[in-house]
Amino acid sequence: MDSVALEPSLYTVKAIFILDNDGNRLLSKYYDAELYPSMKEQKNFEKNVFNKTQKADNEIAFLEGLTIVYKSSIDLFFYVVGSAQENELMLMAVLNCLFESLSQILRKNVERRCVLDNLDGVFLVVDEIIDGGVILESDPQQVVEKVNYKCVSEQAFGFVLFDYITGNMEGQGQKSQLL
Amino acid sequence: MIKKFDKKDEEAGSGSNPFQHLEKSAVLQEARIFNETPINPRRCLHILTKIIYLLNQGEHFGTTEATEAFFAMTRLFQSNDQTLRRMCYLTIKEMANISEDVIIVTSSLTKDMTGKEDVYRGPAIRALCRITDTTMLQAIERYMKQAIVDKVPSVSSSALVSSLHMVKMSYDVVKRWVNEAQEAASSDNIMVQYHALGLLYHLRKNDRLAVSKMLNKFTKSGLKSPFAYCMLIRIASKLLEETEGGHDSPLFDFIESCLRNKHEMVVYEAASAIVHMPNCTARELAPAVSVLQLFCSSPKAALRYAAVRTLNKVAMKHPSAVTACNLDLENLITDSNRSIATLAITTLLKTGSESSVDRLMKQISSFVSEISDEFKVVVVQAISALCQKYPRKHSVMMNFLSNMLRDDGGFEYKRAIVDCIISIIEDNPESKETGLAHLCEFIEDCEHTVLATKILHLLGKEGPRTPSPSKYIRFIFNRVVLESEAVRAAAVSALAKFGAQNDDLLPSVLVLMQRCMMDSDDEVRDRATFYMNVLQQKQKALNAAYIFNGLSVSIPGLEKSLHQYTLEPSEKPFDMKTVPLATAPITEQKTEIAPVATSKLPEKLAPSRQDIYQEQLAAIPEFQALGPLFKSSEPVQLTEAETEYVVRCIKHTFVGHMVFQFDCTNTLNDQLLQRVLVQMEPSEAYEVVQHVAAQSLPYSQPGSCYTLVRLPEDDPTAVSCTFSCAMKYLVRDCDPNTGEPDDDGYDDEYVLEDLEVTVADHIQKVLKPNFSAAWEEVGDEFEKEETFALASVRTLDEAVGNIISFLGMQPCERSDKVPENKNSHILFLAGVFRGGHDVLVRARLALADGVTMQVTVRSVDENVVDVILASVG
Repeated sequence: MDSVALEPSLYTVKAIFILDNDGNRLLSKYYDAELYPSMKEQKNFEKNVFNKTQKADNEIAFLEGLTIVYKSSIDLFFYVVGSAQENELMLMAVLNCLFESLSQILRKNVERRCVLDNLDGVFLVVDEIIDGGVILESDPQQVVEKVNYKCVSEQAFGFVLFDYITGNMEGQGQKSQLL
Repeated sequence: MIKKFDKKDEEAGSGSNPFQHLEKSAVLQEARIFNETPINPRRCLHILTKIIYLLNQGEHFGTTEATEAFFAMTRLFQSNDQTLRRMCYLTIKEMANISEDVIIVTSSLTKDMTGKEDVYRGPAIRALCRITDTTMLQAIERYMKQAIVDKVPSVSSSALVSSLHMVKMSYDVVKRWVNEAQEAASSDNIMVQYHALGLLYHLRKNDRLAVSKMLNKFTKSGLKSPFAYCMLIRIASKLLEETEGGHDSPLFDFIESCLRNKHEMVVYEAASAIVHMPNCTARELAPAVSVLQLFCSSPKAALRYAAVRTLNKVAMKHPSAVTACNLDLENLITDSNRSIATLAITTLLKTGSESSVDRLMKQISSFVSEISDEFKVVVVQAISALCQKYPRKHSVMMNFLSNMLRDDGGFEYKRAIVDCIISIIEDNPESKETGLAHLCEFIEDCEHTVLATKILHLLGKEGPRTPSPSKYIRFIFNRVVLESEAVRAAAVSALAKFGAQNDDLLPSVLVLMQRCMMDSDDEVRDRATFYMNVLQQKQKALNAAYIFNGLSVSIPGLEKSLHQYTLEPSEKPFDMKTVPLATAPITEQKTEIAPVATSKLPEKLAPSRQDIYQEQLAAIPEFQALGPLFKSSEPVQLTEAETEYVVRCIKHTFVGHMVFQFDCTNTLNDQLLQRVLVQMEPSEAYEVVQHVAAQSLPYSQPGSCYTLVRLPEDDPTAVSCTFSCAMKYLVRDCDPNTGEPDDDGYDDEYVLEDLEVTVADHIQKVLKPNFSAAWEEVGDEFEKEETFALASVRTLDEAVGNIISFLGMQPCERSDKVPENKNSHILFLAGVFRGGHDVLVRARLALADGVTMQVTVRSVDENVVDVILASVG
């Protein structure tokens, strides 16, 4: 936790990832080539972070020399990772923007099933918020406009309702298995 | 339609995740529909998503298959479906490194980038820059310049950020876009402003003047983006640090003014910047601390965390500045976020009073198992600091530490605890037994070799001197039975120390040693055999030399000398006295008689300062016959700080000579000095033999010249001498701008301050881990004793400090620390005199009106004893 002054730079975000409630990766991007260069190290890191954060909804943690801000929603966990000296509020701005934008394009259904059904939209949202570690946009409204994504639920409402119910039940089924 | 695919996947048994059991080959097979006409956007979109998903999961794509899929994907540019196009950009970026010939899409992307559809332009720029290399960059340079100043914010931002990414690759090209970036910086859009500032700084960061101008401009005009403000604060504090600007500089004022910004992010950044500035006064810290104090009660966990973490930093240097926040910190102790609670408690431990320690420790032990290793280390460090501050609290701490030692945790965490316990043991003799007992318990089940060997070494050092040494033997011998080679070897060394110090334990130790001689590992057997034989001699002197006090030579020096010896075979046996001594008091692990199987220790021995000097001097032909370098002093300044020439001297002592190294710097930019040497006039019978001049000394480039002096052989007690010094040189005036010197010059002279050689220059510090054994080893053949009165000294601490710095010897047995409220003290000093004679000093100090000192000196050489006593008197 040493405090070496931060080199002024736009490269704020080291990594961003979304995990489901079993700790499986749905999406993850690492922007610092030196940080966890191999897939094995990345997944290991994600597992470690998940284990430390899934129980307590604490918003912020410090692990393996990195500052991690996070948020959970139903059966999903969103993480934004920065260096130990990074301004925590900047990371929070990214996390909030990610969550708000997804919430809008998914019509507030920020849960695993809906994210998977609209994974293309989620990829595009992340791409609009961060580019190679630089915060590209922090205003969710702007992000949604730029992505201009149509949630699948619009076209087949009946299906979505059906999926929503079954998805939920599946979710619960998994939870009870976990317990 | 897409739903149908999902249904199909589900029926195929993929559970609730439509992507779960994707087969790469099946997906690539599906990708063939990219070639179908007409393009079905929905299906293609779904397949692209699958490909990106697979890449994201870490699936490996071969170059051929990736290239094939990539080329098929390029056909999708014919469709006008927005989302599909955007996914194509993403695929391009993801595949840029795995597919071949990605530049094939350049023209499509250039078209999108300059087209009418604003939604495409930004993302197309970013994708294009991702696949562009230096040669192609020239071709799109014109478009990039236009894009940077485009009035659509997303286009401008994309161009700026992509330019920043490309600075690493083609700095020279991107540098030409500075004017455009400058224009973008005055944009109304907050993100464009931020990105432009970032790019501008990146292009100019090596030009301090330009950075300063830029800061000046933006701090005056004011920015809208909070991100840009954070960036500005970082640039400003970096510039302040580099220029060592005072805190009255406008930059500091700017940072301070940001404490009143309306965005919390900016306020926090400013507070953090002020806190991290070196040498801030309490008054300058106060406004930063008070905003952090406000943040402590924020409903946002991240903000509370940020605030308390920064306050924790402040508390390390300025505990008093944080006391005002104690109440707010108390409220955070019960914070549901354990990281915040831990930081709050450790901060309070630093700022609080002795009475609150017990309560805080109880509080923290209630949740220590819930926090991550990183924070546990923070807690241990806080405890360690606390023990130094309140030594009386050691029993509470020790209990707490031993509990922590029993919990699970990684290496760093355990090492922090062990280090902390060891430092408590060394500072508080009363805590020694409990501490050793806790450590013994720990090594019974310790998976870290480094820690086990460290503790065994400590047991060997401290155990034999406790009232009941026998109880440690069991713990040590258990290691011999159960552990890996390195630990077994360390255990054998520890056992030997018990045998050497405690006569009644010797027979049992010998029995145990005998068993160790049957060990399967060479090192363990060798050590056991060696110690066995030494112990059987039952001679105190042998024990002292080979068991307690190991080698005091520098390890790299020994390696070099031995290598040299094998290169030039001779009849003479190798002489240990030719090996240079280790300069720094050697740390514990290196005092092992044979080096531990060091393969597991990560750090390699770095050559010490003296080894570097040895190399440098040996490279000068005049000094090659002098033998090994015995000691190098710290540099002594021979000029005032701000004079024309700056000269400092390092005294190198050899067996019969001294070499004075003068490091000279010429601070006049209109002069070139040549043939620089320092003339020395000794006050005693020292003889100046030779000068080695520095040939040329241009402006601000340091150079060294040397003077060789022979020490008087007939009078070995003449150890101190004063030299009057003068620097002589040839001056050639030169043009300050070009450095071009005039053709002719003139001789000149510059008088330096006098240089003293004292007894300390003839003695090298050596740490004797067991002083009394060494004392016996040297014996009383040449012992002399004298009593002195130090009238001018008022405290024992001061007396101890004076003696150590005067004699330049190593204090042993931590006798340099005088316990509080004592009227008498014994100081043990050890060293080696020039020529390789051990010398030991015992000084009994008594405090009355002044300090009375009884000095006893022992050495193997009578002259040395006389020298020391004469110089003290």
